[in-house]
Amino acid sequence: MQINYNFAFFDESSKREIRRATLKAIAVPGYQVPFASREMPIARGWGTGGLQLTLSLVGLDDIVKVIDQGSDESVNAVSIKKLVQNTTDIRTTDETAKATLIQSRHRVPEIPLRAGQILVLQVPMPEPLRMYEPREAETKKLHAEKEYSGAWLMLFEQIMNYGSMTTGADHPVMVHDRYVMAPSPIPKFDNAKLNSSEALILLGAGREKKIYAVPPYTKVVSLDFEDYPFETESFEDRSCRLCGSTGVFMDELYDDASGTAYFQCNDTSYCLERMNEQSWREGAESR
Amino acid sequence: MIQMEQPMISVQHLNKQFGPGCPHCMNPASRKLYKNFCTVCHTVYSCQDVSFDLYPGEIIGVVGESGSGKSTMMRCLYFDQEATSGEVYLQAYKDGIRNLFAESTQQKRYIRNHLMGKVYQNPMLGLRMDFTSIGNIAEKMIAAGSRRVSEMEDRGMELLEKVHIPLHRIKEAPKHFSGGMQQRVQIAKALSNRPPVLLLDEVTTGLDLSVQASVLDLIKALQRELGISIVLVSHDLGVVRMLADRTLVMLDGKVVEEGLTDQILEDPQEAYTQQLVHSLL
Repeated sequence: MQINYNFAFFDESSKREIRRATLKAIAVPGYQVPFASREMPIARGWGTGGLQLTLSLVGLDDIVKVIDQGSDESVNAVSIKKLVQNTTDIRTTDETAKATLIQSRHRVPEIPLRAGQILVLQVPMPEPLRMYEPREAETKKLHAEKEYSGAWLMLFEQIMNYGSMTTGADHPVMVHDRYVMAPSPIPKFDNAKLNSSEALILLGAGREKKIYAVPPYTKVVSLDFEDYPFETESFEDRSCRLCGSTGVFMDELYDDASGTAYFQCNDTSYCLERMNEQSWREGAESR
Repeated sequence: MIQMEQPMISVQHLNKQFGPGCPHCMNPASRKLYKNFCTVCHTVYSCQDVSFDLYPGEIIGVVGESGSGKSTMMRCLYFDQEATSGEVYLQAYKDGIRNLFAESTQQKRYIRNHLMGKVYQNPMLGLRMDFTSIGNIAEKMIAAGSRRVSEMEDRGMELLEKVHIPLHRIKEAPKHFSGGMQQRVQIAKALSNRPPVLLLDEVTTGLDLSVQASVLDLIKALQRELGISIVLVSHDLGVVRMLADRTLVMLDGKVVEEGLTDQILEDPQEAYTQQLVHSLL
């Protein structure tokens, strides 16, 4: 039986409510706006926050790209893409530059985003102070009073226990000198891409019922100490095994047969694009 | 003209009640209470018109039975609870012309983080039990604006050494410590940002005698060294005798007697104080 859903799955008033929360989030950069997270055809914690943002924003002219930890072809990314496509009939793409709306789980694409694009990040844990203060009523007060010693304290504890800041992903950032924000579990490598981004960045947490945003050209600074500056993952001397890229975020893979580790671009569409370019160039040279 | 010394902290007409009050107990002059409790509307008057001045480098002792409003007064002074009415002026904050109770919550937090330290009777309230001891001390310094790890680590180690926490345990969480050690970590935390005012709420209650002595020694030494003004709440008159320059005696939320500690202990005037001092002997 074919059910005819409304355009983009939601009814119009649901979309409006989500957009209203989104507008507020954009108006107050880094502030977590509560919203009435809907029941979705996928389970909470599997990207429902991002998906709700995507569905509330998508229009007939949009071209959607969905990434799951750098991959366009993972099951989760494909399922979300299919859901969007089945309920809207709009075009989807793997190419970052062509997309107008990019929903991503835990990565910011390697190709720099440009003005007019929207990046939607899926967020499991929107509250950067949660490990420090379990009560929501209290963390709300801490945000209101700009009392962020807890965020620095957690980093201080890491330095005391392990000698350096050990957040692998989700390293807290200060947005527009006001709100400390969890950037969703993107690697530290991607934190810099949030700063003064040309594209609008929206973050949605479906289970936690929060939407927040980093508007274009907003100052985003990763938290650190004067004598322990923020450092990203380093891939110095490494290049992608497939396309030869350097200076991008890479996966370390282990080959059981040869017993060696090799590196490969985490952003698959970027890698593929580079390889295509190379083979065209080679083809042109041989002609 | 002789310049009078300005009080470090001046508490004026501090009132704290739990409950709305009723015609029977609204008027302080004519209210009839059972202890501090209105039998008609069940309102509790924990602090009634408490006023005192604390001068720089002075230690004021506050004694009284449990339920007399000592801790409530301290909670109000540290903004843990909102006072019903009254005024507090702190010399170190805007030259002591602003009533702290009327400031915004942000400003109150600033005052707590920069200008005050408090040691609670129960270390659970003053410490984060799951964080490292040095992290606990750093928390207060981070709150006061420090962003240099080495500086906070050095200061933390210095303070923890001062309160006799062995250096190999500074990265351990206070939940693994004995009660006395937790209390000493709390003192180190309260002192970390060199506050001009320190509030001590029953710091030695529940500690064994030798630890009590070392904690008291420590407080005295630190106070001499750093010139901190201290409000010291205790129901142990021995502690007050040893540390306090002046003493307030509280009963049922009211200050019933106040004066030099020696005077109060040697020549108590009020019936309640007499009873208190005699029960010591």
